[in-house]
Order: sequence, then structure tokens, then C-alpha cells
Amino acid sequence: MTAAPKLELKGVRKTFNGKKVLDGVDLAVAPGRSLVIIGGSGQGKSVTIKIAAGLMRPDAGKVFIDGKDVTRLRGAAQRKRAAQFGFLFQGAALFDSLPVWKNIAFRLINADKTPQDEAREAAVVALGRVGLSPSVADLYPGELSGGMQKRVGLARAVAARPEILFFDEPTTGLDPINADVINNLIVEEVKRLGCTAVSITHDLVSARKIGDEIAMLHNGKIIWRGPAADIDHSGNAYVEQFVSGRADGPMTNGG
Amino acid sequence: MNPVRAIGRSTLGMLRTAGAVAVFAARGVAALLTPPWFFGQWGGQLLAIGFFSLPVVGLVVLFTGAALALNIYVGGGRFNAEQIMPQVVALGIVRELGPVLAAVMLAGRVSAAIAAEIGAMRATEQIDALQTLSTDPFRYLIAPRLLAAVITLPLLTVVADIIGVSGGWLVATATLNFSGALYVQNTWNFLTSWDIVSGLIKAAVFGFLVALMGCYHGFNASGGARGVGRATTHAVVSAAILIFAADYIMTSFFTRS
Repeated sequence: MTAAPKLELKGVRKTFNGKKVLDGVDLAVAPGRSLVIIGGSGQGKSVTIKIAAGLMRPDAGKVFIDGKDVTRLRGAAQRKRAAQFGFLFQGAALFDSLPVWKNIAFRLINADKTPQDEAREAAVVALGRVGLSPSVADLYPGELSGGMQKRVGLARAVAARPEILFFDEPTTGLDPINADVINNLIVEEVKRLGCTAVSITHDLVSARKIGDEIAMLHNGKIIWRGPAADIDHSGNAYVEQFVSGRADGPMTNGG
Repeated sequence: MNPVRAIGRSTLGMLRTAGAVAVFAARGVAALLTPPWFFGQWGGQLLAIGFFSLPVVGLVVLFTGAALALNIYVGGGRFNAEQIMPQVVALGIVRELGPVLAAVMLAGRVSAAIAAEIGAMRATEQIDALQTLSTDPFRYLIAPRLLAAVITLPLLTVVADIIGVSGGWLVATATLNFSGALYVQNTWNFLTSWDIVSGLIKAAVFGFLVALMGCYHGFNASGGARGVGRATTHAVVSAAILIFAADYIMTSFFTRS
């Protein structure tokens, strides 16, 4: 890695009810690179990404952004830090009480105090970028299909031009065609914004498409990391089992 | 299990919960006092918590006022004191039943709704989404609900007092041969401003507790749909218990002064 990391996790540990979920995770992502974290269910992928995005505090270890320790920020400092991020949640996490355009322009309206008409215009432009027509702007999230909700979630994540994008299982619950549409949109948006991306998924098609690099999380540790192209000849028994999807191997019961 | 250990454990658990609620309340109040404020949310909550609770609160106190009048008339008759019925109804409604009934109805209607809404937002990661959009959930979700309940419950109580006294008036004039004008005059002359103010102070405190319980249990909901259901039940039950406990504490304080 040549450039100083945009995002770095050092020795991150997290325990829930006595169960060690993260046991010293070290991870660094260079500016403009896209890292995908793969791993079985319950291996701590979501916890890792939530700690990186400041939604959860680690029990030990540190998180750095641009070399600055941001592990324990609070209040205004935390809100300022969040302004650097865009986050696409697994279920899109759209606010069901607000129409689509207000969801997309939420940060512009509430944090940046952008006038409503300007914010709406920006939301409609963002909708166009994710392949949705302006007529969708006034619908409510409950009126959209799962694929459309993901697109709106992506539009919301990129609306304020973040420096770091997080994707939590971006293709889960989508049919293969819609999943590919979302993958393509993610690649396009990350390239357009020139931002750093961290994704978690257990969808290997998605991982290969959106990641420059892939890391595998197992038993609370990163056990392998390499270029996305190397995932099929990693030389790591766990990764090989995960990629081939075999039930027999070093991991049992998906874990 | 050793009973002493069990008592100790549950006491520690209660103290832990009390501490967590106190910290939560302090964060909610702090969010009210410092910018940024979300005035749009405040307006929406004033409407949802206050205005839309009016019919249910009104109906409950109307019937309670009427039933209270009948009971006091019958009870007063045992001492040949039927004529004090308007004054006792007014006192009972304004100092006690108006604020308590309005608060209990709000606990059922609003505390449950708040817990369910915020709990569902927690379950669907909408609260996390707020944070990633540079918005403090305490400012956007909690503070507006606390403020709206503290403002609207006293207003609802004023309406409840009027409707409750009217319930007594209706029964008295329609079935007990009381003079309508005299009933109103007796009521008005008897009540002191402190009777009304003490009821409104109670209402403000109850409003805070009702919203706090809904917000606290919703915000800390976990475990999907089942967790949201559990949060809703806990919100209503704990709000109701706190209302009655606070009512006793405030009443004993107010009657001493």
C-alpha cells in the first residue's frame, strides 16, 4: 500500500454478552480504493463496518480517518465526522414517514440547512443517477420495490458527495438482475466520486464486481486479504471453502 | 438460588435501569436546550401527541365526571350532604382525575405509539441511518417528543377538567334536579387557582414521564418484531406505574404546602 490510509482500524475488539465478536481486527484502506469484507454469518462483518462508521464503539482498539483518531468522538465532532460518510444499509433504512426526495435530501435539509427547493432538485438529480425517474420523488418508501429502495438508499448515501462509502450487504434480498444493477451503480458512483469504499457481503459475485481488494473475516480476525482477482487462488483453506461454498472444510455450520 | 443473592441481583438491575433512564432523560433534555433544533419535528409531535389525543381523553373524563357525580351524590346523601356534590366533583376532577386520566390515556395511546415507532426505526436501522446523515437521534426523535408531551398534557388537562366538570353538570341537571346555573356558580366559587395550577403541574410531569418511557423503551428495543412488541408493553406499563407513583409524591407535597 503506497498512500497513507484513508480509513484504518487498529486492534479493534468487541464482545457481546461474553462472546468475542471481533478479536483484534487490523484493516487499512487507501484513498480511492474499494475493499470488500467477506465472511460467514455471525462473523462480525456488520460490527466491523458499524465501528468503522462510528455507529458502534469498540471495547478496545482504534479507528483512524486520514490518520486522525476518531474512535471516541461525540456530539458536534461526531456529526462532522459523519458528514464524510455515506452508508447504504442492508434493508436501505429509508425513513418511512418521509417521501423519497426528503430521504435523499435528508442531510442537505437537516444538517447542511440547504433550502427545500434546492435540496429537492439535488434529490431528483441523484434519483436520475441511480436510474429512477423524477416521478418516484414524491412516493413513500413503502410504495417502492426492494430494488428501488436500495437504489434510493444509494442515492441518499452519495447525495452529499461523501469521502468514504460503506455498503452493508448491498445485494442481499435482490434477484440476480437487480443485484447486478446495484453492483454497477456502486462501481459507477464510487468511481464518479473518487471516494474510498468499504463493503461487506457474502455474495461473491458482488464482491468480485465492486471490490479492488477482498478481505476475509473469520473468528473475529482478518485471516486473508488480497486483490479481488486472487480470491480464486488464495491458498487459504477457509477462503477456498467459502468461495467454493462446500459444507466440509475448516469452517463448520457456516462459521 | 440463594434468595439474598436474587434480591441483590434484582436490586442492582433496577438501579442500573434507573441510572440508564436518568442518563437517557438528561440527554433528551440537553438536546432540547442546545441547537440544532428540528422545529418541523416539534410541530408534528405537538399535533400527534396533543391534538389527536383530544377525543379519547375527552370521552374518558366525560363519563368519569358523570359517574363521579352520581357516586358523590349517593355517598353525600348518607350525611344529608348531596348539595356539596358540584364542589367535590370539581375538586376531584381538577386536582386528581383530570391530569391522571389524561396521562393514563396518553400512556396507552402515545407512549405505546412512540415506543413502537422508535423501536421499529431501531429494528430497521433507521436510527443508525440518522447518525450517518449527521443527525443526532436525540435531537431529531427524542427531544421533540419530550417537549410536545410536556406542553400538550397540561393543555389536554385543561380540556379534560372542563369536560369532566361538564359530565357532572350533565348528570346533576338531567337526572338529579340540580339548577344548572347554581352548579356552575358553586363550582367556580369553590375552586382556587392553586387547585387548577397544581393539576397542571402534575400534568406536565406526567407528560414528561409518558414520552420518556415511550422513547426510552423504543430506543433500546432489540430483537426484531418481538423486541418492538416488548418495548411497547414495557413503555405503557412503566409509564402507568410512574404516573401513579409521581401522582402520590406530588399530591403529598402539594397538600403539605
